[in-house]
Amino acid sequence: MTRRSVWLTVAAGLLVALVLVVLVAPHASSSPDGLERVAADQRIDGGERPHALDGGPLAGYAVDGVEDDTAGTALAGTIGVAVVFVATFGLLAVVRRNARRRAAPVG
Amino acid sequence: MIRSVHIPDGFIDGPTSLGAGVVSAGTVTVCVRRAGAALEERQVPLVGLTAAFVFAVQMLNFPVANGTSGHLLGGVLAAVLVGPAAGALAVTIVLAVQSLLFADGGLSALGLNVLNMALIGALVGWSIFAGLRSLLPRTRTGIVTASGAAAGCAPVLAAVAFTVEYALGGNGVASVRDVGTAMIGVHLLIGIGEGVITAMTVGAVMATRPDLVHGAAGLRPGPAEALLPTGTAS
Repeated sequence: MTRRSVWLTVAAGLLVALVLVVLVAPHASSSPDGLERVAADQRIDGGERPHALDGGPLAGYAVDGVEDDTAGTALAGTIGVAVVFVATFGLLAVVRRNARRRAAPVG
Repeated sequence: MIRSVHIPDGFIDGPTSLGAGVVSAGTVTVCVRRAGAALEERQVPLVGLTAAFVFAVQMLNFPVANGTSGHLLGGVLAAVLVGPAAGALAVTIVLAVQSLLFADGGLSALGLNVLNMALIGALVGWSIFAGLRSLLPRTRTGIVTASGAAAGCAPVLAAVAFTVEYALGGNGVASVRDVGTAMIGVHLLIGIGEGVITAMTVGAVMATRPDLVHGAAGLRPGPAEALLPTGTAS
């Protein structure tokens, strides 16, 4: 398999991820999730403190300055997909190169 | 609008959160080394894609019971696609970005969230997948079934882990038994969604690029395709 075909697959996969965050995520259920629900029912959320970065520009999967919820979620999701991809790819590329450098220089 | 869905600051006390942080940091470090040593160059962008995909699907909360939702955790999916070490790393990065950028999941609870979803999901989940795979026929259907079943267990394991953490350092008066029963109950339902999404995704990748699925490494293309019950050799 060529390197090119992997990148084609990656591009196709990222496109699917973007379609999901732009078209589906804004319509996802906004009910509390399993943990939140249990925490509220069992009243174990008394000690909860607000997130230290609650004032951040993307806090809560919304974008500061974007009033429309649908657009905000779609944009936040798009940014998230890009950041997660770049962070993972970048970290592993560096780690892998260092691992190769430490190993015997076979080629 | 999407809510915060991971453990926030203050649910679990400092010492327990710190302990989970130490365990998680150590385990993730081992995963980084393993992934760095084992991955081929062409696999690196695939791990990035896996992480990005898990992030995207985690945003898709689905209703599980009246007034409650669930979402993919993604550990088993990532492990089946790119291997347990790289998969655990992928989900860890998702959780770190969610906490740092989207204020979802407390900073002090990051170790708890990584332990429950990334590490238990990808590493324990992978063992369940590998066990099931060895029992099932070495076909596409076998791989997809093992992925879905292992993924179905992951939310329940995460719920058990949370219950243990609550028992060790929960800031609440509810009994451990009540919290455990409620957590495991709702996460049994979420497990159905996790299993279905994982099986569908692994099935879709297997149908197009089975050579890119780490968990299907033993599946030989070519003549072996004739053994597939679905008979969909490309």
